[in-house]
Amino acid sequence: MPSFVIVEKCDGCKALDKTACQYICPNDLMVLDPEKKKAYNQEPEQCWECFNCVKICPQQAIEVRHYADIMPLGSSTFPLRGTDSIMWTIKFRDGKTVKRFKFPIRTTPEGSIDVFKGKTLPSVDDLRKPGFFTGPARTE
Amino acid sequence: MALEREFCKWSYCQKPPVETIETDFLIVGGGMAACGAAVEAMAYAKQLGLKVTLVDKAALDRSGAVAMGLSAINTYIGPENPVDDYVKYVRTDLMGIIREDLVHSLGCHVDQSVYDFQEWGLPIWQKDAEGHTVDGQVARDEGLPLLKDGGKCCRSGRWQCMINGESYKVIVAEAAKNALGMENIYERVFIVKLLTDKNNPNRVCGAVGFSVREHKTFVFKCKAMLVACGGVVNVFRPRSVGEGQGRAWYPVWNAGSTYAMPAEIGAKMVLMENRFVPARFKDGYGPVGAWFLFFKAQATNAYNEDYMTKNWERVKQEYPGYADSPGTCLRNHAAMIEMREGRGPILMHTDKAMQELAKVLSKKELKHLEAEAWEDFLDMSISAASLWASMNMEPDKVPSEIIPSEPYLLGSHAGCAGLWVSGPSKNYLGAPDDWFWGYDRMTTVEGLFTAGDGVGASGHKFSSGSHAEGRMAAKAAIAFILDHKDDKLEPGQNIDDVIAEIYLPFEIYEKYKDYTTAPDINPNYLRPKQIQSRLQKIMDEYVGGIATMYMTNKPMLEEGLRRLTFLKEDAQRMAAADLHELMRAWEQYHRIIAGEAHLRHILFREETRYPGYYYRADFPSIDDNKWKVFTISQYDPKTNEWKFETKPYVQLVK
Repeated sequence: MPSFVIVEKCDGCKALDKTACQYICPNDLMVLDPEKKKAYNQEPEQCWECFNCVKICPQQAIEVRHYADIMPLGSSTFPLRGTDSIMWTIKFRDGKTVKRFKFPIRTTPEGSIDVFKGKTLPSVDDLRKPGFFTGPARTE
Repeated sequence: MALEREFCKWSYCQKPPVETIETDFLIVGGGMAACGAAVEAMAYAKQLGLKVTLVDKAALDRSGAVAMGLSAINTYIGPENPVDDYVKYVRTDLMGIIREDLVHSLGCHVDQSVYDFQEWGLPIWQKDAEGHTVDGQVARDEGLPLLKDGGKCCRSGRWQCMINGESYKVIVAEAAKNALGMENIYERVFIVKLLTDKNNPNRVCGAVGFSVREHKTFVFKCKAMLVACGGVVNVFRPRSVGEGQGRAWYPVWNAGSTYAMPAEIGAKMVLMENRFVPARFKDGYGPVGAWFLFFKAQATNAYNEDYMTKNWERVKQEYPGYADSPGTCLRNHAAMIEMREGRGPILMHTDKAMQELAKVLSKKELKHLEAEAWEDFLDMSISAASLWASMNMEPDKVPSEIIPSEPYLLGSHAGCAGLWVSGPSKNYLGAPDDWFWGYDRMTTVEGLFTAGDGVGASGHKFSSGSHAEGRMAAKAAIAFILDHKDDKLEPGQNIDDVIAEIYLPFEIYEKYKDYTTAPDINPNYLRPKQIQSRLQKIMDEYVGGIATMYMTNKPMLEEGLRRLTFLKEDAQRMAAADLHELMRAWEQYHRIIAGEAHLRHILFREETRYPGYYYRADFPSIDDNKWKVFTISQYDPKTNEWKFETKPYVQLVK
């Protein structure tokens, strides 16, 4: 449907300044129903199943029912994304096989990147020379 | 029925308020190239007092091709590899015709972007002192040297390194956001048309688009611009027939804006006949690179015959001189021989590869290996992992199908469609004089730059190379701005007319929607989805899509063009009920222009340069005597005519 929203869990992000899934969807698919105050995927056949709405939802109200024209029902793939790692739980259709994986996602604190910190800013002359302000180009 | 041209007179649709933003350097797009451009431009702009503005139709954290993440950086030259070898690899893979000045200069720069990613926090797998593979976090915990300080990454192939890349784009976007400042970033604004100077129609001076969140138009006026909005996806009918259309291998939102908008102001395009047909895990489109290169898996036909071993002598005879080392399209070709002759499906033997590795690994190492295999999918094409789960398939127990996908147009992966741009400097590596016109990666339109998927004739940049190329283009754009400080620019287009044209699908919808009982079925308009399905059908059936197993010929192309011309006329009758659909409408329009360029280029090049990507059945061979050339096109929207020229390929790296 790709991504679907569980009615009982979605609170329309009413406590936040923006609807998280609507904010993040790269393809502008997630919208908030103005009357029900619940989000939904408005164009399921354009969903890349990137899981960005699933990962960002503060209520864990979003999951994915995979493409109906491709996949049998009954399995699930669910991420829990933290600040430095992500945990995946994958349940097979057979109801028995479960895989769990944890992978790092970044080695620095969120929001901490300052590309200019500790770098000497380049001069106008550098514009026409190879290389970036963070380091030189290879010469060969 | 001749269609009467409709105009938006704001009789049925309310005129939106207009916000005009004056800036020096405008970045259109939000992917790797755009984020690279933002950080590099700001290093100069800060001191020079120049303004840099970025406009993106999505949210920067998760826009572009890396939105879902990636499991590898595919271009890292590394100190162990000479840049010349990278150029040779790209040349071989793209069947001998590349701009070596562009590829070489990119090769000299790309590693710095990789070093920066690691410094910003991207976990890159490394080799520890004992030669064991550790993930990117353990590498930091164990204090292994960073790549820039001589640390070793974990190679999956000669140019690739494995990463824990779930947040790759978030990290790269954070660097760009913090450099630019959120006040200079416009998210959810879709740029539709570019503006040119009144006194010099070959000079870009602005862009017009609309917010997909509120009824509001944005007009950007600038001295120089980078357009980097990715390639073209879903221009061909995809293999999926329903919801799965969204599971494109490349991001489904890549609508060809990078090619269409510059083309409409006269920018020249190159090798637009080129395409990429990725052979991937069937339906989920999970990556195969790590399975081939890292896990050493073998792919066979249904009867356990290795299609490469079986067909390679034949391929060498069919395409002499091009099959000495197997490039991507020729590997596809070898698999397609099996499919055409009825020996499919093609199977990737993940099971055998894992069982081989199990013989030499400890239990703990094996567990780690299993996680690596799943992470490869979970980091970048999650559906492919889910497909295993949905069909109860464990990759260490059963093989999986692989299949060549529907075609994609792009310039950063194993393809080289794009815009014809200036090289980095005069006679770089002995390049011909006419490969350089003042500014690195500038298109033939003055002040208009591109990078990543936008730059033609130089593929295999991937994520890191696109980022680096955005930085290179940004430096040149800043230099251009400094050289043209005193230019007084004024749009040659009437901005009110441009805005009216952009909102015409609203006007048409409101004007006619009540004529019929069902808004989808109306003789006065087409909705974007209907435009898209016709475009996909034309491209698929006449321009070498999956329906004909990538085969076409002159009569088919001419019939395709006839139908595409009708579609382009019908696109003047697009209807949109809301802002989301208005975006879809103009995305389809951009796809039509990009698709037309692709068709016309295939028609022009009378040979089969890229067997395994597409075949001209009427010219089945590679014809180096006539066609070892860059094919360059230029569109004139006023006359609706396309002009073609060729320039000889010149080898710079021996």
